[in-house]
Amino acid sequence: MPTHVVTDTLTLLRRNLRHTIRYPSMTIGAVFGPVIMLLLFIGVLGKTLGTGLASGGTGLAGTGLTSTGLTSTAHPAAYIAYIAPGIIITAVASGSMATAVAVCVDMTEGVVDRFRTMPVSRVAILAAHVINSMLTTIVAAVGVAVVAVALGFRPHATTARWLAAAGLLVLLGLALTWLAVAMGLVSATPEAASNSPMLIAILPFVGSAFAPAALMPAGVRQFAEYQPFTPAIETVRGLLAGTPTGHNALLALGWCAVIGAGGYAWALAAFRTPRAH
Amino acid sequence: MTNTVPPTNAAPPTNAAPPANTAPPANTAPPATPRPALAITATGLRKSYGGKPVLDGIDLRVPAGTVFALLGPNGAGKTTTVRILSTLIAADGGRASVAGHDLAAEPGAVRAAIGVTGQFSAVDTLLSARENLILMADLYHLGRRPGRRRAAELLDRFGLGDVAGQPISTFSGGLRRRLDLAMTLVGGPRVIFLDEPTTGLDPRSRRGLWAIVRELVAGGVTIFLTTQYLEEADQLADRIGVLDHGRIVAEGTAAELKRLVPGGHITVHVADPSALAAAAAALGATAVDEDALTAQVPSDQPGTSGDSTSDNPTSGNPASSNTASAVRSVLDRLDAAGVAITDLSVHTPDLDDVFLALTSDH
Repeated sequence: MPTHVVTDTLTLLRRNLRHTIRYPSMTIGAVFGPVIMLLLFIGVLGKTLGTGLASGGTGLAGTGLTSTGLTSTAHPAAYIAYIAPGIIITAVASGSMATAVAVCVDMTEGVVDRFRTMPVSRVAILAAHVINSMLTTIVAAVGVAVVAVALGFRPHATTARWLAAAGLLVLLGLALTWLAVAMGLVSATPEAASNSPMLIAILPFVGSAFAPAALMPAGVRQFAEYQPFTPAIETVRGLLAGTPTGHNALLALGWCAVIGAGGYAWALAAFRTPRAH
Repeated sequence: MTNTVPPTNAAPPTNAAPPANTAPPANTAPPATPRPALAITATGLRKSYGGKPVLDGIDLRVPAGTVFALLGPNGAGKTTTVRILSTLIAADGGRASVAGHDLAAEPGAVRAAIGVTGQFSAVDTLLSARENLILMADLYHLGRRPGRRRAAELLDRFGLGDVAGQPISTFSGGLRRRLDLAMTLVGGPRVIFLDEPTTGLDPRSRRGLWAIVRELVAGGVTIFLTTQYLEEADQLADRIGVLDHGRIVAEGTAAELKRLVPGGHITVHVADPSALAAAAAALGATAVDEDALTAQVPSDQPGTSGDSTSDNPTSGNPASSNTASAVRSVLDRLDAAGVAITDLSVHTPDLDDVFLALTSDH
């Protein structure tokens, strides 16, 4: 039986893109949520948090935010250099996780059962969701980056480093999206599909996205240091700030591979298991 | 495995072509599957959910180019049967083949040969009717221009041309079901599963759908239909299987099934108890209801009906001539006894009786 994985994926991607355009509320949320968060952290909390971090004085090397040589008015600008990469990652995480709801809702549509009775590639049905979600996530991440620059984010990175950061973000998004697809497939209801991925979407907060792990209380700190988002955040931050990323880049790639492969395998297995109704 | 599915549904003469290939020499070198005289076969299909058997050993034989109706109450296992035969779920036990392909061994080949219209509409509600059909055409790899032509043709055939670009959310149930069936036909399936296709439709839409089904059968397609409407099975099906508690409790033509239950009866209604006694005596009534003031006599002998109803949509009434003479005889005898009646009603055996007699209470 010839399978047309690529053709089928493109056909179904067109379908998903139409959905995204005609029913854009999820997408708008995915794009504007992180932007609003950025405005909140910089405009409202920036000064306080920046000051707090500066006096904490660790973990901020290379961001321009050190305990010496900064006037208090410089803190927001320096803080944005610290958190912008974190918020971009948050955008990637929440954008990816929104796929779970979309997939779960789609599975309740009779038309997907129709696809299952047709000679359509199984991978294509899921891959179309993944690509559609990736496109949304990329728009969201670029949106956050643009707003961050407008707010004074001035990364000193070469084009190669920008591309490396973007590449890592895409890989992370891809891995998380496959995981989200699996979570959406095993969720009985869209409500459930929005809950469990939420835990993953807030992981960056319990990492080094908004504050260095070193400043966190013991226990939380160990978790923050070893969870998957921290090396990704540190790598992106390092790449954009022009500082060495150390072993974080490898760690981040490893996490992406593990999460992505696991999510992919889980998603396909879940899709092949018929849903009871 | 691609030898079997021309993606055109343009009424092949007959799918079965029975006499020609009794012993097909393997002249077509690749998988020389003979054109199946049987479109669907199943032996001993079983399925349980959580230890509770839903299908308890189902055997099916559906000749190509015929309509088979699986009739049964809610929860009898009709949808489970369709879900198994259309490759959506795997059976726990038993074997089945559809369009000549084993379900377990060649699900892909089965999928290429079938079309399914489920109980719940399987249309993409965020797309228009035309977009839905083109989506199907693309997934069947018909090619861009032939695919669009096919979509246009089906829109036309199903009377959807005027609403082709409108959002599905504005569609009535009947319109939606028509689109659903049109989508099922895009790939030119040889075997079509219709799971309660007219549930929730108004009578006009239901009749429209029946007409479409008849057209398809005329084009050589095999239809496997589930329904809880006996009239529907009576109207459409060549053979009917009655499913109850996961077992086929009876199988045959509508006429054969009707012979399984007692025949019809005539009921006379009278004004007062004395008239009831007189009427009962005059008729030799087999049943008398003192409260309702009615007396009953058989209108015909069970088993005398022999007509096939499927090509006689107006009557659906076996032994109508017997019934007419029985009514005349009842009236004559009442006249002779001088009994005045207020009303008379005739009950003819129909599939409802079969259904109620063969399926248990829930």
